[in-house]
Amino acid sequence: MQVSVYRYDPDKDAAPYMQDFDIELPAGKDLMVLDLLALLKERDETVSYRRSCREGVCGSDGVSMNGKNGLACITPVSEVAKGGKLTIKPLPGLPVIRDLVVDMEQFYAQYRKIEPYLINNEVPPTRERLQSPAEREKLDGLYECILCACCSTACPSFWWNPDKFIGPAGLLQAYRFLADSRDTATEERLANLDDPFSVFRCRGIMNCVNVCPKGLNPTRAIGHIRNMLLKRAV
Amino acid sequence: MGELPTLEFDAIIIGGGGAGMRAALQLAESGRKTAVISKVFPTRSHTVSAQGGITCAIASDDPNDDWRWHMYDTIKGSDYIGDQDAIQYMCSVGPQAVYELDHMGLPFSRNDNGRIYQRPFGGQSKNFGKGGQAARTCAAADRTGHALLHALYQGNTKAGSVFLSEWFAVDLVKNAHGAVVGVIAMCMETGEVNYIKAQATVLATGGAGRIYQSTTNALMCTGDGAAMALRADLALQDMEMWQFHPTGIAGAGTLVTEGCRGEGGYLINKDGERFMERYAPTAKDLAGRDVVARSMILEILAGRGGGEDGDHVFLKLDHLGEEILHSRLPGIVELAKTFAHVDPVKEPIPVVPTCHYMMGGIPTNIHGQAITRNAKGEDEIVNGLYSVGEAACVSVHGANRLGGNSLLDLVVFGRSAGLHITDALNQGMDSGVASSSDIEAATQRLSRWNESTTGESVAGLKRELQSCMQLNFGVFRTEANMQAGMKTLSELRERINQAVLTDKSQAFNTARLEALELDNLLEVAEATAISAEARKESRGAHARDDFQVRDDENWLCHSLYDPVTKTLGKRDVNRAPGLLQTDKDLPEGVFEPKERVY
Amino acid sequence: MVTQVTSFSRNGLSDFIVQRATAYILAAYTVFLVGYLLIQGEMVYADWQMLFSHTWMQIFTMLALVSTCAHAWIGMWTIGTDYIREHYFGQSANGYRLIYQVICILTLASYLFWGVKILWGN
Repeated sequence: MQVSVYRYDPDKDAAPYMQDFDIELPAGKDLMVLDLLALLKERDETVSYRRSCREGVCGSDGVSMNGKNGLACITPVSEVAKGGKLTIKPLPGLPVIRDLVVDMEQFYAQYRKIEPYLINNEVPPTRERLQSPAEREKLDGLYECILCACCSTACPSFWWNPDKFIGPAGLLQAYRFLADSRDTATEERLANLDDPFSVFRCRGIMNCVNVCPKGLNPTRAIGHIRNMLLKRAV
Repeated sequence: MGELPTLEFDAIIIGGGGAGMRAALQLAESGRKTAVISKVFPTRSHTVSAQGGITCAIASDDPNDDWRWHMYDTIKGSDYIGDQDAIQYMCSVGPQAVYELDHMGLPFSRNDNGRIYQRPFGGQSKNFGKGGQAARTCAAADRTGHALLHALYQGNTKAGSVFLSEWFAVDLVKNAHGAVVGVIAMCMETGEVNYIKAQATVLATGGAGRIYQSTTNALMCTGDGAAMALRADLALQDMEMWQFHPTGIAGAGTLVTEGCRGEGGYLINKDGERFMERYAPTAKDLAGRDVVARSMILEILAGRGGGEDGDHVFLKLDHLGEEILHSRLPGIVELAKTFAHVDPVKEPIPVVPTCHYMMGGIPTNIHGQAITRNAKGEDEIVNGLYSVGEAACVSVHGANRLGGNSLLDLVVFGRSAGLHITDALNQGMDSGVASSSDIEAATQRLSRWNESTTGESVAGLKRELQSCMQLNFGVFRTEANMQAGMKTLSELRERINQAVLTDKSQAFNTARLEALELDNLLEVAEATAISAEARKESRGAHARDDFQVRDDENWLCHSLYDPVTKTLGKRDVNRAPGLLQTDKDLPEGVFEPKERVY
Repeated sequence: MVTQVTSFSRNGLSDFIVQRATAYILAAYTVFLVGYLLIQGEMVYADWQMLFSHTWMQIFTMLALVSTCAHAWIGMWTIGTDYIREHYFGQSANGYRLIYQVICILTLASYLFWGVKILWGN
């Protein structure tokens, strides 16, 4: 199998380049792309990538595989390789630190911008704040985000304005707190999202939905935010 | 290495998982200058993989639930070498710590009355073991760890905590007076090495499951903190106690939560027999994890395992119905499809006991202060050093941890360490200063790798180490195997000391990281091996063929591994919690060692 | 990075509402004209003049014209802030975007004045 990997070491390389490896896949086993990367690293220990949980919950190993973003650890090689070929590149749209490792600060900054924490200035009860199962159900499909950045880095609007458009991941979390019955800062949160860029740069391209490794739907969440902004205005 | 750049903080926390971030949150609120050093972005820490829940007597499922019942279960689960003062503290403070998580935004699943949903887990009982199965594990579907870790990160973001993300701690800096005064750490992005100076250093580095070949642990769980303590000549406690989780997916090693059995799933052998009925007639599949794991291995050894090689059993869930599986265990359905290629709605999941949790670690008191032995053999606080979470051994888990108790351990003791450090700093804590040779000493192994020119590769040595541990220090242990394993490890030590790092680049050099992690794996593996060989009895997770029964006369104690002499000592278990003096309603002798049956 | 926003409204929601509302007007106008053409069949100059002599048609057309301008401005402004950035144009991106926007405004203003002149001139 031919694997082509994006290589760049800032100390050594003037420009990034693609390096091809021929890899013999062990028979009878469908490897994940992460296993493949580990094989490459055994052959050439300078190949750099992030990884940790290897089960799709830590969100470290988002990469672009044959042009589609996903988590290397839960993507079977057989699913993405085409004609015995696989091209692995870093997530698009973020600065590359080295090889498959991107600088995620811009992504995290957008996440921090939406005040990603519960705000409730009332004195908390001595026990938990009550929440009905129906209220809690509204958080399903939102809180499961693992901040892998597959969605935001697949979004053209985020590529164009990564400093102003919050991006699908951040907006999914913005709605996670707007939808939480325990949060009381709805007005403040909406006011912060009202500008022409933060939310409204979403053009409904839906790349985010297409690539989310957890099967979440940021576009729908963005629609909910827009409706809340509309309701607030009328 | 020349003069290193220095960063200075009042307190630093090494590790951005549940325990580290809970401590950080407490410290952020103190207004002291603190930072979290984490080798990954904090939400990537291994706490994220915890599934089933956080066990705590919040009396939601049963309004009469009592934290003392939880305490009883935990002591029994620990096979009586859990420290009872620490267990009392954890179980009694637990509810407050869990409510704080709710206030922080953790999206717990809910009951119809709006309270936090609790599910049954193994080893849980009501009324000191006499009232049947309890449901005490607070859950956010089967993603509790993820929900908890993100809530804590969010809380820290709100509190303005400082994170040094993707910084790797190399070694503790210890001064001539034996105090820990910070750490040598490397920024992954630039490769720059810094001395990070602090009055208080907290090791919250998690476990080391990667010493085994097959583990539920993340690839980065390499025991960095435990190994740093060992290299600082500090003793580790109960290192022979490794939990093998009954249900790791066969082949892949990924975790399938005990919550599956809590929700009504059960284990079957290749004949479809629910075999746990034979091994634990009362609790069945919800017996202690050590008991279930051993039963599974015995089934497999008796030829009743499934698959081509007969090397696993099955977890049956289909009878729970699609709706329950999708609402209560959605993550498991996903994982089973990805890693076992089965849909649990229709077929059972192939599972096998898999290394999961390090019960041992850095001995501490309930404030997280690290403890060592002085020359007279008495306990002594290590100035400047704290430890919390899986890296620490406070010890609430003793010889076997109950499911759901690790998340509680993280938040309760992360919180208590944070409180204690705040107090200590306010009272003018001064751990002293480091000389340049103290700092130099802590950079030695980094220099060793950087200067290496020829030798074996890291990846191959790591594989050998893991296979040695898997083969010789697994669920069942024999003297001959352990001896052989110890010999292999000491040879591996020689070879690792001669191994080579070929990639000497600066920017995000993960090869260097893996080399440094290999050193850590070796330290922890050796401590495990020597401790396991020396504890001549079977207790909790430590099961020996040659000493099959528990020996309370000689071994109702912690083991204490001394890295200087490489020998095993003993340390008393606290069996006199404050509760015994003050609580007159407590049944007579309730926490005394008894035969452990489920 | 877009450092000069130069939106008229500085409010994403009002842009969003204006763009949707004007879209409805433009859609209605298009449907009406197409429908009218289909019903009437071939039309000569006199028929056209006849149609546009009605005050309601003049107002309807005026509305469509203003909608075109508002709709196009928001759209063109968005395109400008998406593509005319330092990433492609370096430090002078803000200058280029300003020129682009001025061209857009002049074009749209010409449409508007010309349209008014056609509708109500003489």
